[in-house]
Amino acid sequence: MADLTTEFLGIKSPNPFWLASAPPTDKEYNVRRAFEAGWGGVVWKTLGSEGPPVVNVNGPRYGAIFGADRRLLGLNNIELITDRSLEINLEEITRVKKDYPDRAVIVSIMVPCEEEAWKAILPKVEATGADGIELNFGCPHGMAERGMGAAVGQVPEYIQMVTEWCKKYYSKPVIVKLTPNITDVRFPARAAKAGGGDAVSLINTINSIVSVDLDQMAPEPTVGGKGTHGGYCGPAVKPIAMNMVAEIARCPETHDLPISAIGGVTTWKDAAEFMALGAGNVQVCTAAMTYGFNVVKEMISGLSNWMDEKGYTSTQDFIGMAVPNVTDWQYLDLNFIAKAKINQEDCISCGRCFAACEDTSHQAIEMSADRVFTVKDDECVACNLCVNVCPIEGCITMEEVPAGQIDERTGKVVSGEYANWTTHPNNPSATAAE
Amino acid sequence: MASSHQASGIHAGRLAAAEIADNFGDLHPAYDPHEAAVAADRCYFCYDAPCMTACPTSIDIPQFIREIQAGHPASAAKTILDQNILGGMCARVCPTETLCEEACVREAAEGKPVEIGRLQRYATDTVMEKGVHPFSRAASTGKRVAVVGAGPAGLSAAHRLAMLGHDVVIYDAKAKAGGLNEFGIAAYKSTEDFAAREVDWLLKIGGITVEYGKKLGTDLSLEALKGDFDAVFLSIGLAGVNALRAEGEDLSGVRDAVDFIEELRQAEDLTKLPVGRNVVVIGGGMTAVDAAVQSKLLGAENVTIAYRRDRDAMGASRFEQDLAASKGVTLMFNVMPKAIHGNGAAAEIELEYTQVEDGRVRGTGETVRLAAEQVYKAIGQSLQGQPDAVELEGGKIMVDATGRTSVANVWAGGDCASGGEDLTVTAVAEGRDAAMDIHTSLMG
Repeated sequence: MADLTTEFLGIKSPNPFWLASAPPTDKEYNVRRAFEAGWGGVVWKTLGSEGPPVVNVNGPRYGAIFGADRRLLGLNNIELITDRSLEINLEEITRVKKDYPDRAVIVSIMVPCEEEAWKAILPKVEATGADGIELNFGCPHGMAERGMGAAVGQVPEYIQMVTEWCKKYYSKPVIVKLTPNITDVRFPARAAKAGGGDAVSLINTINSIVSVDLDQMAPEPTVGGKGTHGGYCGPAVKPIAMNMVAEIARCPETHDLPISAIGGVTTWKDAAEFMALGAGNVQVCTAAMTYGFNVVKEMISGLSNWMDEKGYTSTQDFIGMAVPNVTDWQYLDLNFIAKAKINQEDCISCGRCFAACEDTSHQAIEMSADRVFTVKDDECVACNLCVNVCPIEGCITMEEVPAGQIDERTGKVVSGEYANWTTHPNNPSATAAE
Repeated sequence: MASSHQASGIHAGRLAAAEIADNFGDLHPAYDPHEAAVAADRCYFCYDAPCMTACPTSIDIPQFIREIQAGHPASAAKTILDQNILGGMCARVCPTETLCEEACVREAAEGKPVEIGRLQRYATDTVMEKGVHPFSRAASTGKRVAVVGAGPAGLSAAHRLAMLGHDVVIYDAKAKAGGLNEFGIAAYKSTEDFAAREVDWLLKIGGITVEYGKKLGTDLSLEALKGDFDAVFLSIGLAGVNALRAEGEDLSGVRDAVDFIEELRQAEDLTKLPVGRNVVVIGGGMTAVDAAVQSKLLGAENVTIAYRRDRDAMGASRFEQDLAASKGVTLMFNVMPKAIHGNGAAAEIELEYTQVEDGRVRGTGETVRLAAEQVYKAIGQSLQGQPDAVELEGGKIMVDATGRTSVANVWAGGDCASGGEDLTVTAVAEGRDAAMDIHTSLMG
């Protein structure tokens, strides 16, 4: 079995699966259970300044969207940072870290955007023996209205400033957690780096209204007849998170900035994908909140099995491997030609490919009177929609048309030579091919 | 002890009341909303869906399942009932395993079709339980139509005609409407008096009068009906039962399976219904299975279905065969009755093994005897009491694709008419389509 031991910012953990700062890491009780289940590390739920803690609503805090059989696909929350006192949290963190020296314990912090506030809390956090801190610049609801969370994360100058304070008053690694509620995630990432941040973690939750109660005519979760926007997470947000991770990983200014990836990690495969896109480890919340801490067991065995199959002996072997293959559209090979192929043995004749192609794409699938579906190569642009709507995995495949053969749609011979938009004659700003 | 499986002869009360009640509970219990949501999510929403093509009433199945998925079973019910006004009963009695569910692509994919029948029941039950009748009558046309026979075809035709604004009178020979739904199918397929409740619900459309105890040939004549009404729809079913043509057929204990099923369906108290210790049912269709299974459920010790051809030729579907076997019914193939023995009352049946040569069944000479105090004949029904004026075809009233008979202004549908399988759902389709043709004819 492959060794999953991962070192992130010099912090060792037995596997790359950390629990994200969220309700599962709010208390010593939960964190101990998480470590017993096998989690490699935790980011403790965000601490606030000393004094009376925040209060949460006393109605519903979560809303959800579902797939088939009420499989939870997306979760939204309006919960705030920890509503327990700073002292109790610090005591618990100290005890837990002492009892689990081999696990990563990171402390998430959100205090007002004033140097004094950070200066006051950081030595206390340092005294717990925790391995590092994560700056919560992401929460989009509640705290942002008080000038914290996403309100900071949306202003790169503030990110840099607060990160600098943290590096000044804290000796261990500083991870800057980024909000996705911005237009270009590279700006806050650059600011984190400029401020001396050791790593970024992303994404925090996405601003969202998850559903509307059509009887009360109010957003859900509905508290006393009203609702507010909350933070969206879970499997549904993974594609958004992966793009943001990749954008930072392939940006020349930030490509060396370590990334802890967050966003819908539910199985080992999600983690492997994030790590292939450059993440050093992953943080999980919704999967644990949906299924309990034992989900980590599948993540561990799955990632390990996959690494064995691929011959990887360490997570370092594949971290970032997909980054060089993330490119801009303009560099995609326009001479790459493929055609859909329907495997008749696997086909169950549902006709979904036909409906999708005929109604919404390129009219490239033929339907016979006895429900045999075949691809018309002279119409197929290889858009992949038929593959995506087919209920049988692997039934429809995309087959590359090899060089030298004719693309029946264009009547041209496939050249096999790489050519992209930058040199295409239809591009008004094309540069001549060399 | 008289009240047990082993008691000799024909007795009531072989099982305790609680066991009887349990035995005659719903064959396919209704879905709760969560089960319905899970089942509905399995539908792929196929293009030009094979299930819809396989449905004799062409219900838009992907559409109604999608309406269930989207949390609106009332819309789903409307989609079903638009095509099949007896969608509630069809959800219970249709041999879905040979119709929509056999065609379901998930049957091909994984041998587990979407449970279309149960989803249909979920949708239709939802509106019927609320007492909602989602149709209303068009303005009166002043036209009058007679419907003879209040079975599925007659009810379907009457509802459609009433909806289109015609005034309908249904005549039925019995004291209750419903036809085979009420009298001719196994009790566990129509629990809690569903057939009668469905008729009451159907009649909410208005414009339909039902006259009971009126039999064609004795109380009514086609000539008179033609004179009194603008059109006549015949849906008289198959009232005759084929004879066994075996020695001893006249012994007591030998009777028609349809009579037994009718008696059982109308019984107030099943613990008072007598059943033999040893029961043999002759036949291979749904009626044979319904009679055999119900005999077993009443507490008969040994129940055998004896069919003269092989399993594949059996009219009852594999699902029905397996249902019978699961209840403890023995299925015997390639045997035919040679004689029933007994002194005044049946005691034994003598079966002869058969071979099928060139499609014809021949006895091999080898025989076997089974104890049988009750022998049920379920070897098919035949047309009886039809008016002399109508032409027949293959022993049924000859009709064209829209149900027109050889007599002007007279239509026919259901089991009495030529074409189509003898199924409730087919009868509903034929009644509906004939009604549309009657409408066109009357308004043209």
